[in-house]
Amino acid sequence: MRSTAQSGSPPTPALATRADGGGGPSWSQRLPTEWARRLSATTYTPLRPPELRGLLTALAADLETARGSADAEASLAEWGRRAGATLVDAHLTDPAALETSLLVLGERLTPGPPATAAAGAFARGFTTQLRAATLREQERLAQAIIRAQSGVERAARQSEARFRAIFAGAGFGIGISDMFGRIIQVNQAFADLLGYPVEEMRGMTIPELRHPSDPARMWEDYRRVFSGEVDHIRMEKAYYRRDGDVVWTELSVSVIRDDAGEPQFTVAMVDDVTERHHLQARLRHQAAHDPLTGLPNRSLFTERLADAIANAGPTDRIGVCYLDLDGFKRINDSLGHDVGDELLVAVAGRLSDCARAFGHLAARMGGDEFVILVERCSGPDQLEILAEAALTALTAPISLGAHRLRVGASIGVVEQPAAATEPAEIMKAADVTLYQAKAAGRGRWVRYDPAMVAEESARYALSADMPDALERGEFTLVYQPIVALPGQKLLGLEALVRWRHPELGLLPPDRFIALAEETGFIVPLGRHVLRQACRQAAVSFPDHDLFVSVNLSVAQTQEDSLVSDIGEALVAAGLPASRLQLELTESALMSPHGAGLRALRTLADGGVRVAIDDFGTGYSNLAYLRSLPVHTLKLPRPFIAGLDQAEQGGAPAVEEQIVDALVRLAHAIDLTVTAEGVETYAQAQRLSALGCDTAQGWFLGPAYPPEQLRRLAVGQPATDARSR
Amino acid sequence: MHPTWAPDSIDVSHPSAARVYDYLLGGAHNFAADRALGDELTRRSPEIAETMRANRVFLRRAVQFLVEAGVRQFVDIGSGIPTVGNVHEIAQRLAPDTTVVYIDVDPVAVAHSEAILAGDPRAAVLAGDLREPERILAEVRQLGLIDFHRPVAVLLAGVLHFLSDNDNPGGIVDALIEPLATGSYLLISHATFDEQPAALIEAQQLSARTSTQIHARPYAEVRGLFSGLRMIEPGVVFIPLWRPDLEDAIDRPERIAAYAGVGHKG
Repeated sequence: MRSTAQSGSPPTPALATRADGGGGPSWSQRLPTEWARRLSATTYTPLRPPELRGLLTALAADLETARGSADAEASLAEWGRRAGATLVDAHLTDPAALETSLLVLGERLTPGPPATAAAGAFARGFTTQLRAATLREQERLAQAIIRAQSGVERAARQSEARFRAIFAGAGFGIGISDMFGRIIQVNQAFADLLGYPVEEMRGMTIPELRHPSDPARMWEDYRRVFSGEVDHIRMEKAYYRRDGDVVWTELSVSVIRDDAGEPQFTVAMVDDVTERHHLQARLRHQAAHDPLTGLPNRSLFTERLADAIANAGPTDRIGVCYLDLDGFKRINDSLGHDVGDELLVAVAGRLSDCARAFGHLAARMGGDEFVILVERCSGPDQLEILAEAALTALTAPISLGAHRLRVGASIGVVEQPAAATEPAEIMKAADVTLYQAKAAGRGRWVRYDPAMVAEESARYALSADMPDALERGEFTLVYQPIVALPGQKLLGLEALVRWRHPELGLLPPDRFIALAEETGFIVPLGRHVLRQACRQAAVSFPDHDLFVSVNLSVAQTQEDSLVSDIGEALVAAGLPASRLQLELTESALMSPHGAGLRALRTLADGGVRVAIDDFGTGYSNLAYLRSLPVHTLKLPRPFIAGLDQAEQGGAPAVEEQIVDALVRLAHAIDLTVTAEGVETYAQAQRLSALGCDTAQGWFLGPAYPPEQLRRLAVGQPATDARSR
Repeated sequence: MHPTWAPDSIDVSHPSAARVYDYLLGGAHNFAADRALGDELTRRSPEIAETMRANRVFLRRAVQFLVEAGVRQFVDIGSGIPTVGNVHEIAQRLAPDTTVVYIDVDPVAVAHSEAILAGDPRAAVLAGDLREPERILAEVRQLGLIDFHRPVAVLLAGVLHFLSDNDNPGGIVDALIEPLATGSYLLISHATFDEQPAALIEAQQLSARTSTQIHARPYAEVRGLFSGLRMIEPGVVFIPLWRPDLEDAIDRPERIAAYAGVGHKG
């Protein structure tokens, strides 16, 4: 802006642009374009460029009109005030807009009082309008602040009211504590849960709410929460109620931090899960305990055993008493399962009391098997004392309703360094040892002996090998002569089985027959022996009446196919039924399986001879004997061995009296007698004198392999030499 | 429940982004703290006010473009204090039937907008936080002004740079665009440090005093916000280069430390 130094000069023309006469567009045309360009460059306008240009063009036109008016100075002042205000109204509020406008006008207007008046008025109009706009905007802003403030406060009040309602009315407990573990506030639900008044819980500390079941890591977790290391923990926790009861809760603790991230307090939420906890505990207990006796079951025992071994120190020892009731099956079968179950409950109670008295765990493994675990034992003696105590605990009769039962037990005792064993290994040892206790005669405990286990596994290996051995033809027969007394005429041969084992050499029957009976392999083995014996007898003595005597096991007599098996063997060999004798024990004959007996009758009716082996060593029903399809009684070796001492002191020895009585008995019911194991001349003489019909034994002829049988028959008349 | 964004109280002794913006645009809806920060920003980086103005000018140009393209529904998120050059003013001047919903997190801005918009049945304001896009959409839907079966322009002018990467701005944009009808548009302007002097970067960091730090992002990240959309020419560019008016003199566009772009949901 120029000064008003030329105020004395003529006023006409009042205003002229300096560019006038330049030949281009008139200043009133160029002014808006220049003004708009420079305003846009210095200040913000929401107007689009054409809008801004339009606005300024109108102002320029008004300026033109004012300039030409009669009172130009007054008109220009009036225009200046309006133009300044117009810019502000168009949001050209930046001070730069005023400066730019005055510069543009100053450059375009001829200096002089009218120009000065216009400029001054423009500045006045701009600032007056700007002040008004500013005050208006501040007013609006203040109102907005007030509204927003009250809105926020309302929201905060509502929010706080909501939170207070949630806090107070929540179904689960909420507690707030400071970072030192002091309880600041709890809601009613929390207080009710623990049975305290709210006021009493305030000021308590979290450690005061400890419970013995709290896991060790819980306090470490809490420490980490209070030190701000973690923001959230969650656990199942028990609390004592004020009345001493226990409630189980699902507890979740969160750290609340301020804006700077500093921990301010913790919020705990607890939900009562007592019922669920008890249900889970009950389910866990059920899963780990035997429903009948309430004792820990196999799975819990196995877990405890594994834990004990896993947590044992290097010198710790561990022990197990594995107990099985003797004769429990008989009680169950004869008195019924209800009594059996009651008995198990009573036994469980006694064993459990006994184990508890020593501080050990008793468990039921299933059936009538129980086990006592000694987690840290001092040595074998401790286990043996315990086993003895367990047997003693069972000695007193058990009263069940009308019954007074005595039940014995066998116990396998294992005691080992914990570090040197595995759960499966110790249980296997206990099982084997229990079996040994049973085999040793029941009602006793047996201590684990590794040699015994080795023997057991050898037996196992042997029994497992038998089927293949049969395939490979390793089972062969030898034949022991059976001769008439007196005169020793050959009447028949007893077939005896041997196992020609590729590694162990020739095995006698006592090494494998019992095993075969245990595994059931005796049935195929017996069938094999029967066929071999029939064939070899038929081949070796085609023209003789010599009979072959074959042993039948109990299992064989119970086979439905017994009659057909024997029939097939005879037919296949071409051997008449009359030349086959079957040897059975008394118990095989007396067993309640009528089928076996019927089969024997059928066979006897067909001409097969039947002998009772080892007569007098088992249970004999003499009255019944008469009606059995039996032809011969065989007297075992021990009776015969006693005959050597006969008549030493005048009176006959007991053995001789027994043999005498048995021979008389047999003859009374029309049976013949065969003496086994005759080893001396004297024995043969005595037997002859006592009227014994036939005999066999080393003295009368050893066992011959089949290839020698033909030679044995030489000189034997092909006549019917049999006594019957 | 208490919305996460709602303040506990209104504290005018702390600067607010909306009021600083207003001050830099020449408005008087601001307090000493806002003006002090605005002056400080200007002192450190004289272009800052120009950037704000350029952003506003871009918004004006882009809204005009969108209206001319047929859009009649706008959702302006982070609208701030509606001083001058508001979307509804620009749009309704071109097409009076245009509806606009403003959303801002600042309760003062919301209260102010309510006053301005009283009496305009086609415009409304909601309080909301960009970090809760589903909530925003639900409330916009509830308002009933916007028909989600027709195209909508979502405006995110100068607001996404208030979100940190942890807020997952890309996911938020996707959540906003996903439910929109085919033919909808997304507008973004976003601060960047690309090609900027160190002083400006410092100044931007100063804006952390408004309790929300500026997270300037490079070109690729800003472009990535439009994933799945067809870019309207000229794509993502420094603000002055986005469809300038013929009269605009463009001098060193990178002075304006922000990118702009408009995407189309085809």
